[in-house]
Amino acid sequence: MLENKSGVFFIGGIFFFGLAFVSQAVVPILMYRDQPEKTAEQLVNPNVRYQLEDLAKRFPEPFKAAFGEIPPNATPEKADGTREAWLNQTAADALRIGRKAYTGEACWHCHSQFVRPVSNEDRRWGPVAKAEEYQNELQRPVLFGTRRVGPDLSREGGRRSNDWHAVHLFQPNSLIAGSPMPAYPWYFDGDPSKPNKKGLSLILYLQWLGSWLESYPYYEDYKPSPLKDPVANVTTSIDSTAGAAK
Amino acid sequence: MQTQPTQAAPMPRHSELVDERLVRWYLISAAGYLMVAMLAGLLMGLQLIRHNPFGGIELLSPGRWRMVHTNGVAYGWLASAFLGMLHWVVPRLTLRPVLSRQLSYFIFFAWQVVVLGTVVGILMGEAQGLEWGETPVWIDPLALAGLALVAINFGAPIRHMHGPMYVTLWYFTAALIWTFLTYAMGNFLPQYFVSGTSAGAVGGLFIHDLVGLFVTPLGWGMMYYFVPIMLKKPIWSHGLSLVGFWGLAFFYPLTGIHHFLYTPIPMFLQYGAVLSTIAVEMVVTTVIVNFFATIRGSTRALAENIPIRWFYTGMVFYFLTCLQCAFQTTLTFQALIHFSDWVVGHAHMVMYGVFSQWLIGVTIYLLPRIWRTDWYSRRLLEWQYWTSLVGIAVMSADLIILGVFQGLMWASLAPWSDTINFSIPWWALRVVSGLLLLVSHSIFMLHIVLTWMKAVAERKAAGSAAPTEAQPA
Repeated sequence: MLENKSGVFFIGGIFFFGLAFVSQAVVPILMYRDQPEKTAEQLVNPNVRYQLEDLAKRFPEPFKAAFGEIPPNATPEKADGTREAWLNQTAADALRIGRKAYTGEACWHCHSQFVRPVSNEDRRWGPVAKAEEYQNELQRPVLFGTRRVGPDLSREGGRRSNDWHAVHLFQPNSLIAGSPMPAYPWYFDGDPSKPNKKGLSLILYLQWLGSWLESYPYYEDYKPSPLKDPVANVTTSIDSTAGAAK
Repeated sequence: MQTQPTQAAPMPRHSELVDERLVRWYLISAAGYLMVAMLAGLLMGLQLIRHNPFGGIELLSPGRWRMVHTNGVAYGWLASAFLGMLHWVVPRLTLRPVLSRQLSYFIFFAWQVVVLGTVVGILMGEAQGLEWGETPVWIDPLALAGLALVAINFGAPIRHMHGPMYVTLWYFTAALIWTFLTYAMGNFLPQYFVSGTSAGAVGGLFIHDLVGLFVTPLGWGMMYYFVPIMLKKPIWSHGLSLVGFWGLAFFYPLTGIHHFLYTPIPMFLQYGAVLSTIAVEMVVTTVIVNFFATIRGSTRALAENIPIRWFYTGMVFYFLTCLQCAFQTTLTFQALIHFSDWVVGHAHMVMYGVFSQWLIGVTIYLLPRIWRTDWYSRRLLEWQYWTSLVGIAVMSADLIILGVFQGLMWASLAPWSDTINFSIPWWALRVVSGLLLLVSHSIFMLHIVLTWMKAVAERKAAGSAAPTEAQPA
């Protein structure tokens, strides 16, 4: 049994693998079954919305080129929900595009996304990571990361301005002297003031990280976003509206 | 071949069993992929010391090439070299050819498509967010189908075996099914079915199973085959071989979560993974003892026989990495060294110091036998060996020591830029050691070309008598 083909194949190959799969993968999957996966639409919170509108204000032309015109309210006094829905859906779509850029550039191989309860990490980065923070579409597959060349980014949102992120992605060592981070000029049309669609989305993704926390963000003069939680307003897809705007 | 007693049926001839051309193609393409992967690593190394000559070029982005580096090593270099080795070893051990020659060639070309597709996809920014599985999602099904065909192709001769098999075939049989299952689990489950913390558990399992259930069993199966042949004596203890295989089969798959200690993954699972990891190291010790007891009395081979020297060098590194692993997997060590360059040093010591050096040794053993000649120059083989050894020893030591300092600086809440500035000289030394590895491999590539030319010249000189028989032990 220990030396013939069926013993090796069935006991070693299948059974032991299965045993490990059950104990190492199925058990945690069952344990977190009660935390359903959130979609990108459900992740758009007031802080993310604030950052999206801030991007639209700071980079009006690039924003328009990337996502189209923000629809106006029906009348200046009365909101009919179109504008809200458009902004929310744009934010959700941008988060997806941003995550794709983030994995495509291997950002997560130098920037982890979890804070451990040891090594003073909660004092450097913020609250220790919790399971429910990762039960969403943008963590599929999860981006914990295994290496920290640059800072952890799971509490990065809101710490720095959108301008800062644009300049930093365009040329990191213009802001951080001696930074070993590569430059990403292909997310811009030749100039940090002109991020393209992927660039805007990547910045929004970075601003989303940690935006769900009560302690968000970590600078003192932060005032809570005046927007209400807009999740319920998401209805239409950005693709139709963006196409129409062009 | 002494693995099976001569039976009533005549022993099949080597030329009926082994498709040497395919072995050669695999080994040489593998060496080419290793070259590409090394250059990719060099680019990332230069970026870290802020001397990247190609800054700001999208297709030469160091982050993307970093993924080409790891995937190129796993799927280009290691997988191709292992496939070449399997085409030699499996038919000779089972005394039966693989299922189908056409299928073998189809797999060869399909695998080149998988590797090149992976490289192109990653360079286009299509990488999947799964460490060591960044192959774009549209490559994954093809790669999985390829692995299934590999298992079928090599499974056929094994399926006809009766009674006890030699140790090598235990490892290979298990590896064929494990690789398929691991790839399917790791690439599809966290991509399409589970997210978040559970996906992290699966991802950890995938990273580790790729090392433990694909590379490790193929590597050790290879050692159990080539070492006794070259030393011309059997493995010291069959009992220890059994302990080694079954210990690995049971404990290795249980260790995956040790890559994500202190994450939100439930703590009792983390403890389980830590304990299994320590158990694996005990098993590893038995295997190492077995092999060093085997070479006892034949240690001159270390000086004279170049492949044996590569093999035993790899085994020393294997023991070191596993010893290191038993410590670094504990929560105490993890608190300090996780996220640091310690882990990178460890990974290089395993993937280059052990498995790449073993496969280089196998290539050095096989290529001249296929070409019916000797290596062009013994001196080049020595240069290749020593540059490689110094390179990997310096690189591992440099990164592992640096990792400790990084961990201490992080815990002390030193400003982040201080930790970077501290690391730069160490990263510079890493680039130098990486260049040594590159020199070693360049010597090898050059040597392969020279030896091939020599073989062609010799064949011409020998006239039209095509080499057909002449089998090495």
